[in-house]
Amino acid sequence: MKETWIILGASSSMARALARALAGRGAGLLLAGRDLEDLRRTAADCLARGASLAEAIRFDARRPETFAPLIARAEREDGMISAAVFVGSMPEQAAVDADPPLLEGVVQDSFTGPARLLQMLAPAMEARGGGTILGVGSVAGDRGRVGNYAYGAAKAGFHTYLSGLRSRLARSGVHVVTVKPGFVDTAMTWGLEGMFLVASPEKVAADMLRAAERRRNVIYTPFFWRWIMLIIRAIPEPLFKRLSI
Amino acid sequence: MRWKETEYTGWGRALRARGRLARPERLSTLIELSAESPAPAIGMLRSYGDVALNSGGRAIDMTRLDRILGFDPESGIVEVEAGVNIGDLGLTFAARGWIPPVMPGTGFATIGGCIANDVHGKNHHVAGSFGQHVAEITLLQNGRRKTIGPERNAGLFRATVGGLGQTGVIASAKIRMMPCKGDMMVLTERRIDDWEGFLSALDGTRADYAVGWIDATARGGALGRGILEEGEITSGISPGRGRAREVPFDAPHWALSGPVVRAFNAAYFRRVPAAGRTSVKPITAPFFPLDRLHNWNRLYGRRGFHQFQCVVPLAGADSLRRMLERIADSGLASPLAVLKRMGEGRGGYLSFPMEGYTLAVDFPNRPAAVTLIGKLERMSADAGGRIYFAKDSLAGPERVAEMYPDHQRWLKEVRKADPEGALITDLVRRLGLREAR
Repeated sequence: MKETWIILGASSSMARALARALAGRGAGLLLAGRDLEDLRRTAADCLARGASLAEAIRFDARRPETFAPLIARAEREDGMISAAVFVGSMPEQAAVDADPPLLEGVVQDSFTGPARLLQMLAPAMEARGGGTILGVGSVAGDRGRVGNYAYGAAKAGFHTYLSGLRSRLARSGVHVVTVKPGFVDTAMTWGLEGMFLVASPEKVAADMLRAAERRRNVIYTPFFWRWIMLIIRAIPEPLFKRLSI
Repeated sequence: MRWKETEYTGWGRALRARGRLARPERLSTLIELSAESPAPAIGMLRSYGDVALNSGGRAIDMTRLDRILGFDPESGIVEVEAGVNIGDLGLTFAARGWIPPVMPGTGFATIGGCIANDVHGKNHHVAGSFGQHVAEITLLQNGRRKTIGPERNAGLFRATVGGLGQTGVIASAKIRMMPCKGDMMVLTERRIDDWEGFLSALDGTRADYAVGWIDATARGGALGRGILEEGEITSGISPGRGRAREVPFDAPHWALSGPVVRAFNAAYFRRVPAAGRTSVKPITAPFFPLDRLHNWNRLYGRRGFHQFQCVVPLAGADSLRRMLERIADSGLASPLAVLKRMGEGRGGYLSFPMEGYTLAVDFPNRPAAVTLIGKLERMSADAGGRIYFAKDSLAGPERVAEMYPDHQRWLKEVRKADPEGALITDLVRRLGLREAR
């Protein structure tokens, strides 16, 4: 079956790893993001590695006018349409504390921008009766922590949105996976203090595709983050609020 | 761009550096870095010594810039970012009938590293060095892009190929690929009984790929015994790649001690039947024999190891024999010892290859081995040969100019390209390569 994937935030290293894995099985790829020069290089790479289609397309989570042309481009391909969402931004919490309007950008990048795009894309997927949405959230969205609660709140919103979208689209054969990565070795975490058990982007991409194949609903990647977050969620609030994790 | 303060080492792990690394994922970030804080580029750290280390300074990790940018099936020219691994490029294209014309002994080397060290492969006598197949390099100098090639900015090109990263950061390159029949190799292995036999076998080989494994512990009449491997690329059905294995921890110091190595080498020699044998293997097996054993450098323990590699002219074969005698008498060698005949091909002013014989031997990092390697280096220079910067971790500056007669021409280009010395690495400092002689 022919498959065309919209990849939002395709410049990220996790997105690149996923695009490469999809290219290897001959998928079509619409690589969406802001840095077109960079996306064109990734598109060339995907074509060389076997993608049946790879195009760089402008997408900005803060500019909804970029959404419709992207969806229209996907609809021109027959077969199944799928989407993988990697967009998000994580300024330091201290920066947001000092400059509250930054919060809006975080929410747009990590939650409302991609959610609005998926909302617009959903009818086309329903009409075709299949396809997968891989939505990348974060373990940071499982509980608001003092060091990262702006980003965490945006991701928590996205998790809840994906959960509802999953119920809606399941009725027409479209599957939605919520992906919660722990620490991944990306530009976002490079050189940060306190990183441990860091996974490679290739490992996360492989986990995501396996989850899609097995129609899992919510995955943590690497898997042990499920247990780490189970513990973190179980800490009573009176104690949690004193912790600086 | 955030910088990460970390310790890193060459493949031999005997030399370490502490410094700050940036790891750009986009060309635009790399250009910014090159403009604002120029630093030497490093790749997969597969060179053995300190050619890719910058103690106390900064370096740019290129491994995330690893995309294939285009391929023209008419000309066979592929354009790649500098962080692409050569083995990845080989695997991606071999099934379609193209292969990098030169591949070093590990598939984990980056294209940037293959250019900056002007690496050679088991087919050097036929195909020359890697740099001779580079059609174009995009070089970054203080944030400015410069396109160079064998005809365009030829001086700078020859200073960049084999130039140890001193002329700028290699951002991407165009490589002329070689058509190939398939992704399998017909491999013939033959026992060779002694040194004279090895030289004549290497002189007489008609195979595209030829390399000798030497038992560097064998002495007397068995000196120079080993196995000659000859290969030709072919097509066929690959049995699949098999799983990579991992060396999970640093081995104890006796793991590669004299008796263990002697026993291993004797068994390895007899592994090939006396009458020889021919087999068909996936292309990666003979090209990258050790790549399936990840972190095999840990077998040498925490102190690490040194690889000595020299090349001497054909007329210097006797000196090479004396070097092998010294090595065998010392009892310090590890199983990894390689002899090969090289052709003339070289791509740059500081390229290693010359027509002659090259010998490479690994030694655990111990005082006696360090002394021995010093002697071997002097013997190489005396024989009119040279040592290989991609492997070296011990030499001093004294005889570099003698071993590399084009050093001054290289230096002239490098001084223009990097007048501030922002791209200097530990090896360049140690060997005084940026100083006039």
